[in-house]
Amino acid sequence: MSSRRSRQSSGSPSIKDDQIIELVSKLRQLVPEIRDRRSDKVSASKVLQETCSYIRNLHREVDDLSERLSQLLATIDADSAEAAIIRSLIMQ
Amino acid sequence: MRTSTTTTSSGITLSTKSCRIKFARRFLRSLAEIKKQKRSSASSSEEEICKRSKRIKMAAYSSMARAVGPRMNWSRALLFKLRNRVSYPRLVKKKKRVTVRSNKVPRSKSSVHIDRGNKLRKLVPGGKSMDYICLLEETAHYITCLNTQVKVMQAIADNLSK
Repeated sequence: MSSRRSRQSSGSPSIKDDQIIELVSKLRQLVPEIRDRRSDKVSASKVLQETCSYIRNLHREVDDLSERLSQLLATIDADSAEAAIIRSLIMQ
Repeated sequence: MRTSTTTTSSGITLSTKSCRIKFARRFLRSLAEIKKQKRSSASSSEEEICKRSKRIKMAAYSSMARAVGPRMNWSRALLFKLRNRVSYPRLVKKKKRVTVRSNKVPRSKSSVHIDRGNKLRKLVPGGKSMDYICLLEETAHYITCLNTQVKVMQAIADNLSK
């Protein structure tokens, strides 16, 4: 499925444009870099750029946490693992 | 613990709390499984820890994708990718294409979206076969789920290190 390329005249914004603007503003709320900056004039390009780097950061965090969990699983024994797991379930 | 509900433009309501609980349950179950699979060789060797961390990472992503279910494109694509990875190991490494950047050309609004969209497509699972609007929706959902995943994993790690 190829993406549709819309030729836009300099005048009227199409329905797709409005949808894109709405979705980009929603992304703006999700990415903490932009949300905390509190400036209203963040371009769409900047939002997408920050989104990409935020997703990369999250992937890296997942990698680090997996390593940390792997090391923790190696050091603890079976019984305290069960207890810790039950504790985590209750905390949710 | 706050419950946030977000609605995408196609009417999909997602509640973070139930997503978190479903993910946590599945992931903890997978962790218990992985814990049981102790090999007879030295269990605290570097290689063993490295292999286990990869297994944990795959378990995390597949638990999250299953918790979300088949209603999102990215979760379906992620499950498909993870299932295929187990059976077909990567034998040939793909060569990276070297692109030469030309001088900066003034960009129109639509080309910005196409350029950035391509980078985003590589990051979001299943992004290559979606149209742009779908891609933006899926990205928003994907980010909230990744956030949840990271928070739960952090909570578990903190619990285990007490």
